[in-house]
Amino acid sequence: RLALARTDGAVEVYNFAANYFQEKAIPGHEARSVEALCWAAGDRLFGAGLGGDVCEYDLERLRVKRSADGFGGPIWSMAASSSGTQLAIGCEDGSVKLFRVVPDGVQFERSLDRQQGRILCLSWHPSETHIAAGSIDLLRVFDVSSGRTVQRIMVNYHVQKPKKRECVVWSVAFLSSGTVVSSDSFGRVQFWDWETGTLLESHTVSASAALALAVSEKEDSIVVGTSAGATYQFQLLPVKMGSQEKRWVRTKPFQHHTHDVRAVAHSPTALISGGLDAQLVIRPLMEKMQKKGYEAALRKFTFPHRRLVSCARKARLLLFQFSQHLELWRLGSTNESGKDGEVLPVCRMPEHLVQLKSKGPEHIYCSCVSPCGSWIAYSTASRFHLYRVQHEGDGVSIKKVTDVPKLLLPAYQLQCSADSGRLFVASDRGSVHVLQLLEPGGCKHLHTLRPPSGTPEAVYLLASSADGNWLAAASGDWEIHVYSLKRFKHHCTVPTYSCAVTALAIHPVTNNLVIAYSDQQLFEFSIPEKQYTAWSRTVQNCGLHRAWLERDSPITHIAFNPKKPSHILLHDVYMFCVLDKSLPLPDDSASLMNQSALKQLPETARKRQLHAFKICKKFQPLLFADLLDENCLVMVERPIMDIKTQLPPPIQQKKFGT
Amino acid sequence: MAALCEGFTLCGLGPSGGVGPGAGVLALEPGPDSDHVLLTDRGRTATLFKVSDQKPLGCWSVKHGQIITCPVVCNFETHEYIAVHDDKVLRIWKDEDVNLDKVFKATLSADVYRIHSLPHGEPLVLFKGGGVRTLDVLLEAPQQEIENFISDEVIKWSEAFLEDQEPILIFATEKDEDYFIYVQKFKLNILHKYKLEQQELSNPLSFTAYIKNQIITLLCLYSNDCIYKILIPLQRHSEEEEQILSKSLLLKLSVSGSVLKGTSFAILDKDHVAVLGSLTAFGEESKECLTIWNTKFQTLQTSKELPLGTSGQLWCYGEKFFFTHGKVLTVIIYKCESSSLAAAVGKLKDSQTSDVSSFINWNTLSDEELVVSLQSQQSVALKSESKMTLRSRRNSVAKVQPDTLTVGQLLLDIKDSSSAAIEDELKLLLSKEQMPDFQATIGCVITALINRCKTDPMFYPRNFLVQLIQKREFSYSLCPDLMAVALEKKDMHLLQICLQRFPDIPEEITYACLKVFLSISDDCLERTDVNLDSVICYIDIESNNKEVKTEIVENGFNTELEEDSCDTTFTKETHLKNDGECCPVGPQKAALLNAVLHSAYSETFLLPHLKDLPAQQAVLFLRYLHYLYVKSSEKITTTLPGVLSPTINQIMDWMCLLLDAHFTVMVMLPEAKGLLSSLHKFVRAQVRFYSELNKIEGSLRELQRLKRQKDSQTYSIEVLELI
Repeated sequence: RLALARTDGAVEVYNFAANYFQEKAIPGHEARSVEALCWAAGDRLFGAGLGGDVCEYDLERLRVKRSADGFGGPIWSMAASSSGTQLAIGCEDGSVKLFRVVPDGVQFERSLDRQQGRILCLSWHPSETHIAAGSIDLLRVFDVSSGRTVQRIMVNYHVQKPKKRECVVWSVAFLSSGTVVSSDSFGRVQFWDWETGTLLESHTVSASAALALAVSEKEDSIVVGTSAGATYQFQLLPVKMGSQEKRWVRTKPFQHHTHDVRAVAHSPTALISGGLDAQLVIRPLMEKMQKKGYEAALRKFTFPHRRLVSCARKARLLLFQFSQHLELWRLGSTNESGKDGEVLPVCRMPEHLVQLKSKGPEHIYCSCVSPCGSWIAYSTASRFHLYRVQHEGDGVSIKKVTDVPKLLLPAYQLQCSADSGRLFVASDRGSVHVLQLLEPGGCKHLHTLRPPSGTPEAVYLLASSADGNWLAAASGDWEIHVYSLKRFKHHCTVPTYSCAVTALAIHPVTNNLVIAYSDQQLFEFSIPEKQYTAWSRTVQNCGLHRAWLERDSPITHIAFNPKKPSHILLHDVYMFCVLDKSLPLPDDSASLMNQSALKQLPETARKRQLHAFKICKKFQPLLFADLLDENCLVMVERPIMDIKTQLPPPIQQKKFGT
Repeated sequence: MAALCEGFTLCGLGPSGGVGPGAGVLALEPGPDSDHVLLTDRGRTATLFKVSDQKPLGCWSVKHGQIITCPVVCNFETHEYIAVHDDKVLRIWKDEDVNLDKVFKATLSADVYRIHSLPHGEPLVLFKGGGVRTLDVLLEAPQQEIENFISDEVIKWSEAFLEDQEPILIFATEKDEDYFIYVQKFKLNILHKYKLEQQELSNPLSFTAYIKNQIITLLCLYSNDCIYKILIPLQRHSEEEEQILSKSLLLKLSVSGSVLKGTSFAILDKDHVAVLGSLTAFGEESKECLTIWNTKFQTLQTSKELPLGTSGQLWCYGEKFFFTHGKVLTVIIYKCESSSLAAAVGKLKDSQTSDVSSFINWNTLSDEELVVSLQSQQSVALKSESKMTLRSRRNSVAKVQPDTLTVGQLLLDIKDSSSAAIEDELKLLLSKEQMPDFQATIGCVITALINRCKTDPMFYPRNFLVQLIQKREFSYSLCPDLMAVALEKKDMHLLQICLQRFPDIPEEITYACLKVFLSISDDCLERTDVNLDSVICYIDIESNNKEVKTEIVENGFNTELEEDSCDTTFTKETHLKNDGECCPVGPQKAALLNAVLHSAYSETFLLPHLKDLPAQQAVLFLRYLHYLYVKSSEKITTTLPGVLSPTINQIMDWMCLLLDAHFTVMVMLPEAKGLLSSLHKFVRAQVRFYSELNKIEGSLRELQRLKRQKDSQTYSIEVLELI
């Protein structure tokens, strides 16, 4: 599992075993910036930031569990000892503090020698006897037992006086051999012997700063990220074939980011980097790959693996969820029709109806708009808000529902029933609250559905049936429970599958539950019969197309066309697909993306070439797609260029010919 | 044709296995997978093997003192193994069971002869008394009474089939030299008994059967070395007791005097049987052999000697033979393709023989050696004849003789016979293309021919050489002197073919060809038959001369004047016309030069030779290249029409090479000046043209980009059709 923190304080956890699915996401907080994250004491995740607190994250309930004050001003760095029992933090005031990890959080243990200058980076020696700390212009090594500074290394000692600028040591790593590796704002990666304080090797990787470095577990490979957006791999290689003497050699440069690489990690088989361009890049090391597979491909993650847009089908409204506000838009319309590929004139322009700003520092967890468009609900970490939207002609007025029931918060997912009469609130411990929405503006808590066996994990996906009888809920342990809404009873559990659920939906006609998993498998489960449907079994027997299974991003939304019961509408970031169950499945020899080929064929010849997956890649990157009515789809694209314009300008790099 | 591949050892056998009747193993049965076999030895052990890995997967033994009396079979439905030890004790176990003492056990009331397992059915248990039960019926009441049909007959062989989902068991019994066949139809519980027609002085040794179209075909190997076929209809109408079955001779196991004493046999397909036995020739020690026979043509297809001896048992599962050979169990994979007319006339490429023929036997490469070996063979043949030894041996030699002898003879003949005689023999040789090592043989023949050509200036079998090179894939290295001789004889056609066909001509020879082609006059060439395919499409042969003439009329120059006055006042237009629009060489010469352009070369090796080219010829060649260049630039694809016509790259490369080699000469040479300047102008025009095209390409791309940007509006309603 990989944990990453964004600049807005959000923390995300990616599960490598489940095709790098973004399994948990803890929304950010205005006052909480995260400068350092570390796993300690097993699977516990700790974070520290400029707020000065060390906090532990609750990965089951997706929020901060506890936090403790560091008493050293803003915390710039944190490192866990190799056994995971101690945390060291580096503070603004120049102190390094040790915390002990105890079952209920962290406990201050002691403070090491305080020096001048903020501590920007820390690294434990694997034997836990020493700590290396990087500051401005210098590196220090502390003895843990005495708390004394045992070595002071000036990193730009040998630079001539007039050229001297402030040199920031951005990152250090303490190797078991006693070598301290540092990367600094001069773009150098330097290897020091801590005992003598001498420079062993120095490599200049970049003209700009080398911001982050990470060492592989075997200590034979280092990854360095620079502010020019490049990452470099260093490897400890023998000087000659078969020679005992080994040296660090810069082996592979990668340029996957446009902006600063702020964080890097080294997994046994891949280099992982995260940059200011909001991208997470997993670059597998080909020499560590046994076979070609999902893991062996370069992966880039730009978009969250969850739904941030909700659609009111009947009212033709879209609700966009931003980190601290919501926007409600009315879709434009046309009164003309045309042929394939034509752009129709828009006779009614889309209209921005409402912008709802969330109060307080907390970011929004989830939101939803009811199908009729008259209810909007959202939740933050501590508050749940419900609004009644009144449509008066072209205008709208919005009224807050004041007497919302006190629920255990936060809500992880909100979903309205098809008749807009009920609101389902996904909550922790596998529970789902059912609220009744009352006219003209009120709500009542009806029932709380709980899985019969109980689970510590929160529900993160909901799907309700069109007839209002069934509700399916997927929780963090990848279990899917189906509840009967007529009797408020647990109906059945879908057989557990070894991968994370990425999308869920119940077919409006057949009441079949369609499930998409992060390994790109699709299942169809008949709720009335409590078993997988025949089609689902056929899919499993034949296997899905290889190109389908090797896709990059998970399916994030499933929809249906009530007029064509055999169709399932799916989308991920890069494609939109109509899955026609009545057509044969493609085998590996056929082309999966055959739409353009089909278009060139005459009508008569098409029949033989048809297969179940009708894929459209015209709209990219696709944030959301849903069916409004039988011949109207809404697609929400989020152009990467649009995101990039909001980013600070990258370091100017001279490109050839410009 | 059937063929036996190289065998491999599956496992060694214990002391009980080995040579001779009564030795060997109890039985080999197919295992749960197609690649698995179950081996039951004559003692206490059964072993499961994965054949392709030659690896045992499991081994089970009964306790000391017990003995497995019935071969272990696999129940394909349940993947269980079934065995009977001490005649009456039935054991059933699974893969994971280790100790046979602890597995399911049932003691039966009668002695079991065999258990037959069918792919989609319940196993059948045949008792020594002739009673049959399915396993599930038997397991319901293990101690049930088993009837005895055959009081004092002994079961010799049994086999089970599935016909129309109905299990059928057939078994043969013997009593006082009389043989009986029983057919048990299980579903209807009908048992038919037949008596086998008696055969004088011989008795059946081995049986095998297959079922097709409701008729059981029983094949029976008799001790008189014949295989008989007996047909038993499944539907029997007459209900009389003991029908007598008549048999018909299927195959007599003898070939050219030697007789195969078969001990066991197997059916491979409808036309092939495999027989294991000892081949005894008159007056010679018998050898054990595995043989494959074609029953349709009554011929021995292939055989393999087994010098270490066998136990006389043969099993055949999934294109593999299993038998004991010495102290090991050997597996031989066979291929048995149904014989067809196509195969017989050599139209059907047989995979194995083609494999063999693709290897050149280097021993036959040198003609002297070939002759020597042939002579020795001849002498051996003669000797053997004089001694009147083995007939079969002589036969084989006699068969070999005509083929190889002619080659050897031919090589000797080539040295001194008259050309007509040689030509006849060569024709004969060419007709035998399927000969092994034909390529190498032909190489020898050509070398011999060339040697003769060198010594005897009158001798030149031109037609034969052309025919040979055109037909086959030859290389320069196979007959190194051929082109030299052709150059000497000025055989333009042969040189052209060689240049087109040979992949490995040395640059020296290429250059020599080029020089000869350039020096020879067009008049001379008109009489030779050169292949004009490469030029026919772009040189207008008919109008070539005419055009030149009309031009002369227009410009008021005659030909000689034109040639000479290149350096003087010459208008640009006439230049272009002269060098660009009409071909400076005749079509024959052009075709020959194209062949040179086509041949492979390496610049470093060609350049020194090219420097030796006389200046006049160099200019002529350059003029031709210029012509080709202008011609090929006329079309947008920059290719010349026609087969084997030079590509633009070949033209450019040669042009550069030629200019490199002769640059100083060209600059000095007055007649080259005009040519060079027009060439220069043309190239410059081309460069300008392409740079303009590049600019346009850039603009077009920009336009496309603009269009795309226009498309990506923030909000649009589009029509999308998904088929």
